[in-house]
Amino acid sequence: MRSTEPGRTPDVERSKAVRAAFAVGIAVAAYGLSFGALATASGLDVWQTCVLSLFMFSGGSQFAVIGVLATGGLAAAPAAIAGSTLLGARNALYSMRMGPVIGGPWWRRLLAAQWTIDESTAVGTAQPTLRGQRIGFWVTGAVIYVGWNLTTLIGALVGDLLGDVRMYGLDAAAAAAFLGLLWPRLKTRQPIAVAAGAAVVAALTLPFLPPGVPVLLAAAVAVVIGITNWLGPKPTRPAPTHPALDRDAGL
Amino acid sequence: MTAWNVVLLASILVLALKIAGYLVPARLLEKPTPARVAMLLTVALLAALVVTQTIQGTGGHPVAIDARLPALGVSAILLAVRAPFIVVVLAAAVVAAVLRLLGWMA
Repeated sequence: MRSTEPGRTPDVERSKAVRAAFAVGIAVAAYGLSFGALATASGLDVWQTCVLSLFMFSGGSQFAVIGVLATGGLAAAPAAIAGSTLLGARNALYSMRMGPVIGGPWWRRLLAAQWTIDESTAVGTAQPTLRGQRIGFWVTGAVIYVGWNLTTLIGALVGDLLGDVRMYGLDAAAAAAFLGLLWPRLKTRQPIAVAAGAAVVAALTLPFLPPGVPVLLAAAVAVVIGITNWLGPKPTRPAPTHPALDRDAGL
Repeated sequence: MTAWNVVLLASILVLALKIAGYLVPARLLEKPTPARVAMLLTVALLAALVVTQTIQGTGGHPVAIDARLPALGVSAILLAVRAPFIVVVLAAAVVAAVLRLLGWMA
């Protein structure tokens, strides 16, 4: 690890990860305003709205709950719960990915689990070093957790006064942030193929499936290309495919 | 079922899914194929998030083409000329906000 070295490398790592964390985190946290305002409009009280942001803490799932309740009321409770759980399924994929990065004792991973969402995983895994990945994950998680819960409360209390946060272009900022994290990874054919395939799958399925599910399907592209190693680099150590080669090598 | 039941039950299920992934042993991801899949999952996740964040609609419309798309185009050009990350993000917000202010592609 480079982190034991004195000098500038670790600081560059850290500041890159922290900058990405804040850029993504602040844009996303501002959406808590919309969530808080829409949640109270859907019939939840301020406490219930805040409990969703504190404990569920997964934007897509939270919007699913209030979206279903807003149109179907409490009669639609099972659909609200099923919808939010389905949307939350991709978080299990993220936590599988983050497990080895977080490491450490069980309580640290339990803490990390609460903050394992799209953005913290995206910023974390986009960093080039393990140390940068950890910093990116924790800082993004912290910025969004604090920001999202504060803006949820504000949105729930003041509601419509602020208007639509889209007016400030924050939705476009979030898309650009994800593109900025993706960009440096598109250097060889295999990740380019995965990115293109995942983008096409997401775009084609978006009109027909509940929100959140297209991202899950897009993940399947990575699994298929990853397992078959299509367009991938040849293994650096030649595999002993022929018994004669093994004998020649004196094995 | 009360609203509290819905809020708490749904929260517990979503949190349980987050915890479940951490129970997968870390050794599994050290082998070449799982490691490659994990690396590519990040790429697929980011690409899918770019798409959904750009064209996902609101209020019953699954897809909406609006100011986010030109804003994303601008950020792609800035990334191609190696602009800093924060400039890329801010430029996208400004482009979308200005377009909406002018009433174009609201």
